[in-house]
Amino acid sequence: MIYREAGDFKTSYRSDGQTFPIRLDRWGYYAVLAVAFGVLPFVIDDYWANAVFVPFLIYAIAALGLNILTGYAGQVSLGTGGFMAVGAYAVYKLMTAFPDISVMIHILLAGGITAGVGVLFGLPSLRIKGFYLAVATLAAQFFLVWLFNKVPWFYNNSASGQITAPTRTVLDIAVTGPTATAPAKYLTCLVFVVALAWVARNLTRGTIGRKWMAIRDMDIAAEIIGVNPLAAKLSAFAVSSFFIGIAGALLFAVYLGAAEVGEAFGINKSFLVLFMIIIGGLGSIFGSFAGAAFLVLLPVLLKNTLVGGFGWPTDLAAHIELMVVGALIVTFLIVEPHGLARLWQLAKEKLRLWPFPH
Amino acid sequence: MDQLIFAGEVFLNGLMTGVMYALVALGFVLIFKASGVFNYAQGVLALFAALTLVGIQQGQIPFAHLINAAFGTSLHHFGWTVPAVLAIALTAGVMVLLAFLIEKLVLKHLVGQEPIILFMATIGLAYFLEGLGDVMWGADIKTLDVGLPQGISDAIESTTANWFGYGFFIDRLDIWATVIAAALVAALVAFSQYTKQGRAMRAVADDHQAALSVGISLRFIWVMVWSIAGFVALVAGIMWGTKSGVQFSLSLIALKALPVLMLGGFTSIPGAIVGGLIIGVGEKLFEFLIGPMVGGATENWFAYVLALLFLVFRPQGLFGERIIERV
Amino acid sequence: MKTTVPALAAAMLMAASPVMADLVVPNMSYRTGPYAANGIPYADGFADYFTLLNERDGGIGGQLIQVPECETAYNTEKGVECYESLKSQDPLVLNPLSTGITYQLIPKVSVDDIVLYTPGYGRTSAKNGEVFEWVFNAPANYWDGASVAVSHILDQEGGDLSGKKIALVYHNSAYGKEPIRTLQGLSEKHGFDLLEIPVDAPGQEQKSQWLQIRREKPDYVIMYAWGVMNQVAIQEAVNIRFPMDKFIGIWWSGSENDVTPAGAGADGYKSLTFHGVGQDYPLYDDLRTHVIDAGKAAGAGDQMGNVIYSRGVYAALVIAEAIAKAQELAGTPEIDGAQLRDGFEALEITPERMAELGLPDFGQPIALSCDNHGGAGLARIQQWDAGAGEWSLITDWIEPDAEILQPLIDEDSTAYAQEAGIEPRCN
Repeated sequence: MIYREAGDFKTSYRSDGQTFPIRLDRWGYYAVLAVAFGVLPFVIDDYWANAVFVPFLIYAIAALGLNILTGYAGQVSLGTGGFMAVGAYAVYKLMTAFPDISVMIHILLAGGITAGVGVLFGLPSLRIKGFYLAVATLAAQFFLVWLFNKVPWFYNNSASGQITAPTRTVLDIAVTGPTATAPAKYLTCLVFVVALAWVARNLTRGTIGRKWMAIRDMDIAAEIIGVNPLAAKLSAFAVSSFFIGIAGALLFAVYLGAAEVGEAFGINKSFLVLFMIIIGGLGSIFGSFAGAAFLVLLPVLLKNTLVGGFGWPTDLAAHIELMVVGALIVTFLIVEPHGLARLWQLAKEKLRLWPFPH
Repeated sequence: MDQLIFAGEVFLNGLMTGVMYALVALGFVLIFKASGVFNYAQGVLALFAALTLVGIQQGQIPFAHLINAAFGTSLHHFGWTVPAVLAIALTAGVMVLLAFLIEKLVLKHLVGQEPIILFMATIGLAYFLEGLGDVMWGADIKTLDVGLPQGISDAIESTTANWFGYGFFIDRLDIWATVIAAALVAALVAFSQYTKQGRAMRAVADDHQAALSVGISLRFIWVMVWSIAGFVALVAGIMWGTKSGVQFSLSLIALKALPVLMLGGFTSIPGAIVGGLIIGVGEKLFEFLIGPMVGGATENWFAYVLALLFLVFRPQGLFGERIIERV
Repeated sequence: MKTTVPALAAAMLMAASPVMADLVVPNMSYRTGPYAANGIPYADGFADYFTLLNERDGGIGGQLIQVPECETAYNTEKGVECYESLKSQDPLVLNPLSTGITYQLIPKVSVDDIVLYTPGYGRTSAKNGEVFEWVFNAPANYWDGASVAVSHILDQEGGDLSGKKIALVYHNSAYGKEPIRTLQGLSEKHGFDLLEIPVDAPGQEQKSQWLQIRREKPDYVIMYAWGVMNQVAIQEAVNIRFPMDKFIGIWWSGSENDVTPAGAGADGYKSLTFHGVGQDYPLYDDLRTHVIDAGKAAGAGDQMGNVIYSRGVYAALVIAEAIAKAQELAGTPEIDGAQLRDGFEALEITPERMAELGLPDFGQPIALSCDNHGGAGLARIQQWDAGAGEWSLITDWIEPDAEILQPLIDEDSTAYAQEAGIEPRCN
């Protein structure tokens, strides 16, 4: 009744093609932004920032990146953890080598470096397809982790190979290091998320996004209608790795503060991000957010319910948590293989007709 | 000359390790062939089978921890032990039951979905089984002993010492693993060639629709294939569990099987064996020859890079079915 | 999505943080994941000791000790989540039993005024209290361990190691790489060759590494392993018939879990330890009466006597002694993190005190100060008797080589101080 497009007249192509054609959606979007920028920074505490919001935002970036590659361009990758490590180590080297330059620039540069590495490991995708490619990207995952563990230059020759983020400020407010406050960390990540989501949305609905989707749907057919598979696949790898590199840089510098490559950027990370986009919805910006939110929140929620709420022993709770997460994933795939984004879309369709469905 | 002899020893051990990898890869191939599912849970199946085997053997009470937490009891053991052979048989039974449940609860509902969705479902399944295994049998490390010998084989050491002046090291467990793997593959081949069910299985692997149309029950075949894969997982679990004790890390052997699969092709049983051997030898020789120059611990990534190189030249793996693409 | 889910989560989280007035010493444990087998006994020992104090003595100085448990699964991100959720309960001291999580918490605890106690693990240079105000790693650290192992080897070889070859088999991670510099320094000093052999986590497959050892025939093998790598390495060493009494593990490679899968072959395997082993101590009787038999044991209650269980007990004991000291210094039983830090810095545990606590000759004397947060770093060698299925101590306390270690500690802590902009204190 309220949620509908009737009466919302478009007078230009520009307004017709906008991201949120329905007025209520638009308002909702602005409201979320307003709350995210105007309210949350003032009420957020350490627990909410570090256990929920900061990881959610960072994983949302990683999921956006992987969704560009897997959801839009159809190239399954299990190298996400390795690419995140590239971002993290790049930002660490930059932060320690050029302490005077703003960390925001370092993070962007780290994304750029990761994009380069991503293109390099994307080259085999021109010949290898499907599951074979997925497993081939594992080569990137394992090789990069080994490299960062092995070459002391990457971790500035520290005795143990751990990297620790020094304190860096933006506008005189610490955003990395131990003194960074919860709102500062949260806002830093939020700025990147909003900017990158905007970029992702506009890339994917433009020429380049359509090329990616053509490759995804059938690469031979796409080639015949004039899409250059080399350019399309490699650009997908580059853009995706850029996002993932930034996520890795933020994960290390802002969220964790210290990292060890094998532990923080292992194969589990690759699977986690892949899960996010599948649960959220392949080829959907909203899905990337929904999937990241689901997989970041669910374990925290389960843990707090089982241990805090019911007072179960932590180990039993952790085992049950695994079972519940596993069962939920399977259930989700059975109920809605196209993910949360599809559910959301269906709900909106229903809402549009409500209360007169016929 | 010394280097050559050492390389020979490394080569032989690489072959043996390759067999161990192939044992895990075999389970993947069986399921992928018959149902098109890339079963990530194969490693966890091995862990689960090994946990169940030890649990049954030692007379542990399943879910003891859960029961104790819920009712304040302190149950641990039934107080009996079960002979290895019987325990293996019982575990095989459990794996068949598990296969039945997986088909009933998961696969049935996912018929016709895209491969990536099925793959994800098996990862969900892996999480679930991991949690279930821990809840059922506890997360502490367990010793698995079904009477397989371990340690250096004296016969081989003394023979090679006579030949080359340097005794080769071959683990007796590896020899056993090779024998068992060979028997397993022979049995699988015989089963799929000479039995009715085996032929039905091959028909399903070739074409689901055609198999259905001649009256083969897809669901029965799937339960059967998953049972066989469960049994293969049990064998792999016994081998790896004897080596390192049964604990969570056992499930990570799946990661060692992936490059084997890439190399051999997802659909070929001989591919899994040959792929396993190539990966085993390749990574051991690389670690032996190049490893010292770059600081060692190269095995994890080298297996993947090797497989990647092969794939660039043969995108369907060594023995995979040729990929034909039409618009 | 951002509005509905958090509302639900908020309700759950509110229920999760009860208000506590007692002293809070959280148990950051891991009973799941790849290192669960090692994490379970430690967590049980740690919790059981505080339960004993609460049950038998009514806490410390009349204050009950709360031991909220948080599962980290040895995962740094879960560690952060745990840290943040525990922080709201005003913990005094944390003991995460993970080098990775320790590195992550070191900068954070100094902002939040929480003591980080990492006995036998963590960042070695935290021994330097001038730089690491909030971190304590007494009684021994990784570098002490490496040095003690070499001292033991020296002892075995009659004081001369020139021309000998020692292999270091290590977990290819921050933890495993720790002893390399110490051993390099020692190898220069004593003239032995050092062979570094990394094993990638998890370490399920180590054939290459042990074939290499078999080929190169090192005289001794020192091992820094964790989790499944321990069991596989010991099994492989048995397989190649490496003499077990020349195979020395760090204390994290020396529990019953590590040797039992290898069966009789592991007989004679040595490892370091910085505390006594077995159950022959009066304290264990108390633990049995007040905790185990009373049904108040943590976990399944079946880990008592395990080496790592004893280590958990020992960690809890040192913390309890530091709390008592802090209460004495502050003149009040209700202390905060800063007072506990002062308590740690004034901590003195004499052999008499250990006997009083029911653990005679269990641990070394500990005396900490503002600049020494790491104690003397003594360790003993224990040897596995597969027939009896128990460890026995075969040496007295061995001192590490301060001549090698002190410069390394100074160098590493100075580098950290510069990187983090810390002014040395204690003057």
